Amino acid sequence: MPDGGSRLLYTRGQQLHFMAGGKKDKKGMSPKSGPKPGDPEWAAGLKRLYDSVVEEPLPDAFTDLLKKLDAAD
Amino acid sequence: MNKPMPRPPLPERSADEKRAFKRELTEVVPHLRAFARGLCGRPDMADDLVQETLLKAWAAQDRFEPGTSMRAWTFVILRNAYLTDMRRNRFRGDYDETVAERVLIAPAGQEEPIHLSDMHRALLTLPPERREALLLVGAGGFSYEEAASICGCAVGTIKSRVGRARAALTVMIEEGNIPDRTLADPAAHRAILEELDEVAAGHGRSVATR
Repeated sequence: MPDGGSRLLYTRGQQLHFMAGGKKDKKGMSPKSGPKPGDPEWAAGLKRLYDSVVEEPLPDAFTDLLKKLDAAD
Repeated sequence: MNKPMPRPPLPERSADEKRAFKRELTEVVPHLRAFARGLCGRPDMADDLVQETLLKAWAAQDRFEPGTSMRAWTFVILRNAYLTDMRRNRFRGDYDETVAERVLIAPAGQEEPIHLSDMHRALLTLPPERREALLLVGAGGFSYEEAASICGCAVGTIKSRVGRARAALTVMIEEGNIPDRTLADPAAHRAILEELDEVAAGHGRSVATR
């Protein structure tokens, strides 16, 4: 797990530079919620991974379960 | 699904409130599935987890405050169920075969598309705490504050977990160093279980009632 002194910097083209050691300005790349310009290119992929599941049709098991909840009430 | 049904009867709520609860719970199911799928790699296990979450949420509906975020509330229930199951069964974050074929469109001007399967596998190698933090903030769109509330920890802790998760994923993906699909890599697996023990020991837990 790469941690500690290593820092990641992103340029406008979202190319990645890996800098070991350096210690100044830590605020520059504070992450935001959700992919934004300046995020690594995979950030959109993470969102896509999540959204791809959200957009799946709901399996019958869930519809059935939700119906059962009402009945049990 | 081999979980016990919730314990009826429940304290009284108005019919309107009940309808609203049910509607909101229904609406949040796709998000629960996405969160669960990100947490544990196997779709069938993820869906079991969601069903368990729905039953628990239903049984605890009197503790839901109308007007607050159903998604945040149910995510707390889901993650607690996940941590419990994980500790009990040691179920591993197995790789999801079904996403293997899906390919992300690379942004214009970039050479190599990221495969969703790579993304998912890389994600699954992260320790659970960092994985869920990244999922909540980077995929689920929660603020750091909301994520901290869901995980029952300080905002700074969430920021640090997200930062570490992002750094790890960036290195893995940029270097093409994505671990094998089965997580057979003993070091990665051991790291996950160690971190999990720490989470399960009490730190990462939170209650769904705040």
